[in-house]
Amino acid sequence: MNPDFSAAGATTAHLLPRATGNRRIVAGLLVVIVGSLVFVAVQPRLYKAFCEWTGLYDIDRAERVAESLLPGRPVALEFDANSHGNGLRFRPETTSLTANTGEIVHVVYRVENTRNTTVIGQAVPSYGPQHAGGYVKKLDCFCFKQQTFAPHEVREMPVVFVLDKKLPEDVNTVTLSYTFFEVPAGSVKSPATPAENQT
Amino acid sequence: MQATQHAGHAGHDDDSHSHGPTGLMRWITTTNHKDIGTMYLWFSFVMFLVGGAMSLVIRAELLSPGLQYVSPEFYNQMLTLHALIMVFGAIMPAFVGFANWMIPLMIGAPDMAFARMNNWSFWLLPPAAILLTSSIFVPGGAAGTGWTLYPPLSIQMGMGMDMAIFAVHILGMSSIMGSINIITTILNMRAPGMTLMKMPMFCWTWLVTAFLLIASMPILAGAVTMLLTDRHFGTSFFNAAGGGDPVLFQHIFWFFGHPEVYIIALPAFGVVSHVIPAFSRKHLFGYTSMVYAIAAIGLISFFVWAHHMYVTGIPLTGQLYFMYATMLIAIPTGVKVFNWVTTMWRGSLSFETPMLFALGFLVLFTIGGLTGLVLAMTAVDIQLQDTYYVVAHFHYVMVAGALFSAYAGLYFWLPKWTGHMYNEGLGKLHFWLSMIFFNIAFFPQHFLGLAGMPRRIPDYAQQFADFNQISTIGSFGFGISQLLVLVVVFKAIKGGAKAEARPWDGARGLEWTVPSPAPHHTFEDPPAFDPAEAHA
Repeated sequence: MNPDFSAAGATTAHLLPRATGNRRIVAGLLVVIVGSLVFVAVQPRLYKAFCEWTGLYDIDRAERVAESLLPGRPVALEFDANSHGNGLRFRPETTSLTANTGEIVHVVYRVENTRNTTVIGQAVPSYGPQHAGGYVKKLDCFCFKQQTFAPHEVREMPVVFVLDKKLPEDVNTVTLSYTFFEVPAGSVKSPATPAENQT
Repeated sequence: MQATQHAGHAGHDDDSHSHGPTGLMRWITTTNHKDIGTMYLWFSFVMFLVGGAMSLVIRAELLSPGLQYVSPEFYNQMLTLHALIMVFGAIMPAFVGFANWMIPLMIGAPDMAFARMNNWSFWLLPPAAILLTSSIFVPGGAAGTGWTLYPPLSIQMGMGMDMAIFAVHILGMSSIMGSINIITTILNMRAPGMTLMKMPMFCWTWLVTAFLLIASMPILAGAVTMLLTDRHFGTSFFNAAGGGDPVLFQHIFWFFGHPEVYIIALPAFGVVSHVIPAFSRKHLFGYTSMVYAIAAIGLISFFVWAHHMYVTGIPLTGQLYFMYATMLIAIPTGVKVFNWVTTMWRGSLSFETPMLFALGFLVLFTIGGLTGLVLAMTAVDIQLQDTYYVVAHFHYVMVAGALFSAYAGLYFWLPKWTGHMYNEGLGKLHFWLSMIFFNIAFFPQHFLGLAGMPRRIPDYAQQFADFNQISTIGSFGFGISQLLVLVVVFKAIKGGAKAEARPWDGARGLEWTVPSPAPHHTFEDPPAFDPAEAHA
């Protein structure tokens, strides 16, 4: 049956005739190779489709991160300060500036305690227009906690914030206003912190 | 030796030389599986020395903290080329060399199925090796990304990266052609009476390995081709700035990369499955379960790739799946280890060099497998990812696994190849030096990794200095003792005690029925398969 296999009495039933058999096996293997090549060629699409279908991996994350790095639109910022007759002289070092949305803004307020006694105060922010308040994302602010001022202490305190890019289109000016209220001695919440940034 | 079998073809086996051209042209034009096997083995040994020299550059730099001998860029190129050369230039060709030499002898075939293509598979390797190594000298140097070639770095590198990509293409073609040859030979050219389940274990491991190669090499080729088009043709498969995703590359790369691990490990398992029974003078324990374990390892290896990617932001669901799937591989691997141990149980053991290397393999590979299980755990891996613990882990399975097994095979079959016994004293010296220095070099790296030393960085914090010094001493000792192999092989080629056809009394298989050295042409008429030579 197969001239290559001439050993007497031995069975070659488990083997195909050599030449045709070899060709048939190679044809099968070529199908596997081409299959693998096709599989890898469709990977970018398959991957995207799989990620979107299952939601297991956020494939557009990089795109969104890149978008968030683009500069936003310019908005005029105004800063205002009030104190409620508590002996604190309170004013912003910068009264107005223009910043892009999405940009980190850093401004400094200056406070002077004009009294001979220690004053504990808490600054409360308000915004103009009022609904812009939700788009002022504060990273750091002296208004986060009560402040204790030694007699005649002068201190500069920072506000760091980002204007959200979702700020409504019709808002072109945002005013940030702080009012310092004196905290009555009996209702002090946290232990008063000693002044650190004396100037 | 089976006199009845040998008598049938002794008359045809008298010519121990080829009839073709002589000199250099003999080697360039040869289609003889033994010649090609020999060339594969020499090529892999040369590349092993080149890759080893690169690793010594790495270890020299790490001898003490700070930057001593090389720049960080060159250090990165060294570690990248070391890995690529060792994986694609040394270990894989070494086992293809074994396959070429031994598979036709083991199954009673006259040659590989496609002898001319076999010549091609080999001669593609030297150009690829030249491309890879000469890329050090081009502007910008060689690829310095690590062997994983991750973008975005691999998109930004100089032309050394392109050379590495083309080298990978060529190596892939060579592997695919070699695999087609091996599968066809094994499936269709076995001696009458040798059914698949009576086939020697080395052939089984190579059958599965060749399938893994055929399915996974095109994946790697595709991945590096996409890198190439991202680099030069304006596509953005992996470039985030153009809407691509670098993590996609990692998925594709490891979908190739994990089967690649078993492409290296499975033939090593095959060699050990020959050596341990021979020196235990028993049949391999659990032949059938060994075959199924090989097939299971091959299959599962395609479904665990993302355990290399636990910290890329894959979801918890994915981490859990890949953790459990990875641990699942320990079951068939455990089956194999226990079967080897059980083969030795109550055997009549002797400890010649091949057996020593096989036992060294068994112990150290098991340690490497165990640290692999540790790394499979997501929670642990997040801490250990990209530390020296990983480096220690894969050197235990790659060096003490694949390389030790290759040495076991080399000493086991060297009498068949050269016709002379090797020098047993030198062989044992080689084993013990390798065993001791390997552990001095790599065991401390576990501690370095646990303490947080990152891999692929030429400098390190002071507290890692002592273990790095130990490791460097071990690596130089290991490297130098590998030169002993050259001495052993040259001595065996030039002379030594005459080897019998079956130099190991416990060895079974058709390869031992032909004289030593094996004549240029063997089994031109297929032998009748004697069940006494069966491995099961």
